[in-house]
Amino acid sequence: MSNRQEVLLTGAGGQGLILASIILAEAAVNDNKNVVQTQSYGPEARGGASMAGVIIDVDTIEYPKVTKPSVLLCMNQASFNKYIPKVEESCIIIVDSTFVSGSYREDYKITALPITQAAREQLGREVVANMLALGAINAATGLVDREIFRESIFKLAPKGSGELNQQAFDLGYRLFNEGMGQNLGISSQTPQ
Amino acid sequence: MEQLTQDFLRTKKLPHIWCPGCGNGIVTAALVRAIERAGYNQQDVVIVSGIGCSSRAAGYLNFNTLHTTHGRALAFATGLKMARPELKLFVIMGDGDCSAIGGNHFIHAARRNIDLNAVIINNHIYGMTGGQHSPLTPTGMKATTAPGGTLERPFDLLELARGAGATFGARGNAAQPRQLEQLISRAANHKGFSVVEALSQCPIAYGRRNKLGGAVEMLREMKDKAVSVEKASTMDVDELKDKTLSGVIYSVDAPEFSEEYYRSIGKA
Amino acid sequence: MAETKPVLMQGNEACAEGAISAGVRFYAGYPITPSTEVAELMAAKLPELGGVFIQMEDEIASMAAVIGASIGGMRTLTASSGPGFSLKQENIGYAIMAEIPCVIVNVQRMGPSTGVPTAPAQGDVMQTRWGTHGDHPIIVFSPASVYETFYLTIAAVNLSQKLRQPVIMLLDEVIGHMREKVLIPEAGKLLVEKSSDNVPADWKPYDEKGLTPLVPFGFGHYYHVTGLFHDQYGFPTGDPPQVERALDRIHGKLEKYRDEIVLTNYIGHKEPRVVIIAYGCTVRSARAVVKKAYWQNRLPVGLLSLQTLWPFPDKEVAAIAKQADVIIVPEMNMGQIVGEVERYACGNAEIVPLNRYDGEMISPDQISELLGRWL
Ligand code: SF4
Repeated sequence: MSNRQEVLLTGAGGQGLILASIILAEAAVNDNKNVVQTQSYGPEARGGASMAGVIIDVDTIEYPKVTKPSVLLCMNQASFNKYIPKVEESCIIIVDSTFVSGSYREDYKITALPITQAAREQLGREVVANMLALGAINAATGLVDREIFRESIFKLAPKGSGELNQQAFDLGYRLFNEGMGQNLGISSQTPQ
Repeated sequence: MEQLTQDFLRTKKLPHIWCPGCGNGIVTAALVRAIERAGYNQQDVVIVSGIGCSSRAAGYLNFNTLHTTHGRALAFATGLKMARPELKLFVIMGDGDCSAIGGNHFIHAARRNIDLNAVIINNHIYGMTGGQHSPLTPTGMKATTAPGGTLERPFDLLELARGAGATFGARGNAAQPRQLEQLISRAANHKGFSVVEALSQCPIAYGRRNKLGGAVEMLREMKDKAVSVEKASTMDVDELKDKTLSGVIYSVDAPEFSEEYYRSIGKA
Repeated sequence: MAETKPVLMQGNEACAEGAISAGVRFYAGYPITPSTEVAELMAAKLPELGGVFIQMEDEIASMAAVIGASIGGMRTLTASSGPGFSLKQENIGYAIMAEIPCVIVNVQRMGPSTGVPTAPAQGDVMQTRWGTHGDHPIIVFSPASVYETFYLTIAAVNLSQKLRQPVIMLLDEVIGHMREKVLIPEAGKLLVEKSSDNVPADWKPYDEKGLTPLVPFGFGHYYHVTGLFHDQYGFPTGDPPQVERALDRIHGKLEKYRDEIVLTNYIGHKEPRVVIIAYGCTVRSARAVVKKAYWQNRLPVGLLSLQTLWPFPDKEVAAIAKQADVIIVPEMNMGQIVGEVERYACGNAEIVPLNRYDGEMISPDQISELLGRWL
C-alpha cells in the first residue's frame, strides 16, 4: 500500500477534469503502472461540481476509491473550500489561483498557480488549462515518466490539438518550477 | 391451391382451440391464402403473434412460428427482422394485445416503417380472459369489466398507425374473406410497416353479452356496415354514419427501416 | 494466451468489448444510468462489424428484440439498470422457457424504485434469481474488476449459446464505471464457441434427450416457439407429465453443467478461522484486507470470492464452512447472499453479515474492524 498514490482532481464541470483524469490514468498505464480511475456521476456532473480520482500503484489496486489523496487539484473556489479540510498535511495541493483565493492553514503544502490565466494568455486557449494542471501535478510528483505522459496526451487529445495540449503540459511544468521558486502560496488575486 | 393450403397448415395440430362461430379461423385462412398468393418460399415466412385467442393462430401454421408475450409481438418481430431482413414477417395480434398493452410497440414499429405485416384481428374484446373491454371496444358496449357499457372512447386503429408513420393501412372483415385476403396480400407486397385491421366476431365473449346474436347475425351486420373506400367517396356524412370503411385506406412510399439500416452500414 | 499491451478500460466498456469478442453482433437497449455506456459503445462498434444496434422504445421491447434476433441466429446482448431491469423480467422468463440464448447486463444502482441512480448497491442479487415469475433456472455472473468483466462476459455468451439459456451479467456501479488497466488478448485468440451448423436430420428444437443447438428461423425447420409449456417440437401442452418433464429438463441443463458454470476463487490461509465471502466490487475491499492480514501478518483468514452467484456455489460454501469458525459476508444491501451462505453452511460456522446500504462502497477498514473481533 505504500506505493499507492491517490490523485484527486476537483473543480467545475466543463473544466476538462474528467478527460484530464483519463489521460493521467492512460499515461500511468503506458508507464507500466497499475491504475484505477473513477469520477463523479449524476446531476452534479452535468455542469455543477466535477471530481475525478486516479489511483496509481505498482501493486494491484484493490479498493478503487480515493480516501487519502496524496495529490489534490482544486480548479475553483467551491472545490477548494470543500476538499482542503479533507486532506492530510502531507498532501500535495495545487490550486488554480485564477479562480481561488482566501486563507489556508500554513502547515499545508499548497502551490497556487494561475493555471487558467496562463492557458488563456500564453496559449490563447482556456480549454487546455486541464493539461497545464497535469503538467504542474507531474512536475510536483513525478508520477509518470514525462515523455510517456507527453505521448499519451498527444494520443488522447482531440484531433488536431495534440501539440497545443503538449505545450500546455510543458507550460504547467514551467509554471510549477517558477511558482515553487517564488514560494507563492495562495494568490490574493480576485477571481475573474 | 387447396393442396398448398394443406402444406401451410399443421393439420396434426387441428382441431383448433377456438369456439364455434369464432372469426379467428376465417382471418387465419385469409392470411394463409394471401401468403400463397404472394408466392413466398415457405422457409422465408415467419408468423409472429402475441397473446390472446387470435394469437394461437401461429401454432396452426406450418412456418417458423413465434408465439411471444402479451403485447410484445412487434418488438420481437423488430429484432428478428433486423437480424434477418430477408425473412417475411406476418404479425398477428388481437385488439387488446396490439392497442393496449402493445400500444407503444405498435406506434414505434409504425414510426420506424419497418417492413412487418401487422394483421390485427379486431373483435372489440378480450376473448381469452372472458370478455373485458379493450381500447377498440366501441363506447357503450358491455364487457365484464364494463357491465353498464364502457364510457371510454375507442381508438381508430388505422388513423393511430397513420399518425405514427405507418405507410399502409387497410381494413377488411371476416364477412368478406376474399377481400380480406386481397388486402393482406397487398399489405405483403407493400414495403414498410403495413397494418391490416381485420374486423372479426367473438360471439362468445362479446356478441352474447351485447345481444348481437350468433356468428351469422354478427357477420351479417359486419357486412352491412362495410362500405368500400371507393363507394364512400360518393356518400355524404349522414350516409356514412354507422358505416365502417373497408379497403386500402392509405398507402404511401417512405424509406423502410431495415433496408436503410443495412445501407447505412454498407451491407445493403 | 498471448496478451497484448495493457489498456485502460471502463467496466461497461469491457462488457461491450467482451461481448463483441464473443461474437455478439446484435444489441437492443434503452438508455438508463449507470449502464448507458454499454449501449453507446455498441452503437459505435456494431455497425462497423456489420452488426445491428437498435435503440428500442422501452426496456420491454429491448428484451423482446434481443430474443427475436437470437431466434434469427445472432448472438445478442442488452444492458440495463434498476427500473429498466425490472421491466425486462417478463421477457427474460420467456427466453428461459423458450430456451433462447441471450446475455442481459444489469449494472446495479441503488433502489428500490428510482432510488439513487448513480449510487452503487448490490440490491438486485435476489431479483436476478427470482425476478421473473415461476420456477426457473438462471445463470448470474458478478465480476469484481474490469478484467473479470471482460472474461465473464465472454463466458456468459458462450454458456448461453451452449445451454440455450439466458445469462445475466450482474455488475455494480463501481465496476461498471471505473476505469482500470486490463490485459486483453489479441483478437482471434479468444475461445469462442461456434454455433453448430451440422444439424441432425431428426433435429427437434426441444429434444428430451439433452442439449440441442438452436437452428435459427429461415432454414426450413418449421418449429414453434412459445412461452407456453411445450412438447419437443415447441407445441403447447398442458399435459401434466410433459409439463413436469419440461421443467425438469430446463433445470437439469444447469445441474449437468454446474461445474462449468459455478466459478469461485479462494485466497488466503489453508486452514482459515475466519473467511470472507464476497462478490462484485466488495471483493476488492475484502481482498485488500485479506492480503494484509494473511500475506503480511500470516493470520488465519481467507476470502472466497464468488464470480457466479446463481446457481449458488453451494458445495464451495459448504466446504469452507467446515473449515472456518466464522464467515463474514459483506454486501452492499440489507443481506441477500448471506441467507444462501447460511443455508449451505449448515450450522458449521458462525455467519456474520456486514451490510452497507447508504450508497457507498464497503471499505477495507470496515471489514478489518469486524475481522479484528476474532483475531
Ligand atoms: S372467446 Fe371469442 S375470440 Fe376467443 S375463441 Fe371464443 S369466440 Fe373466438
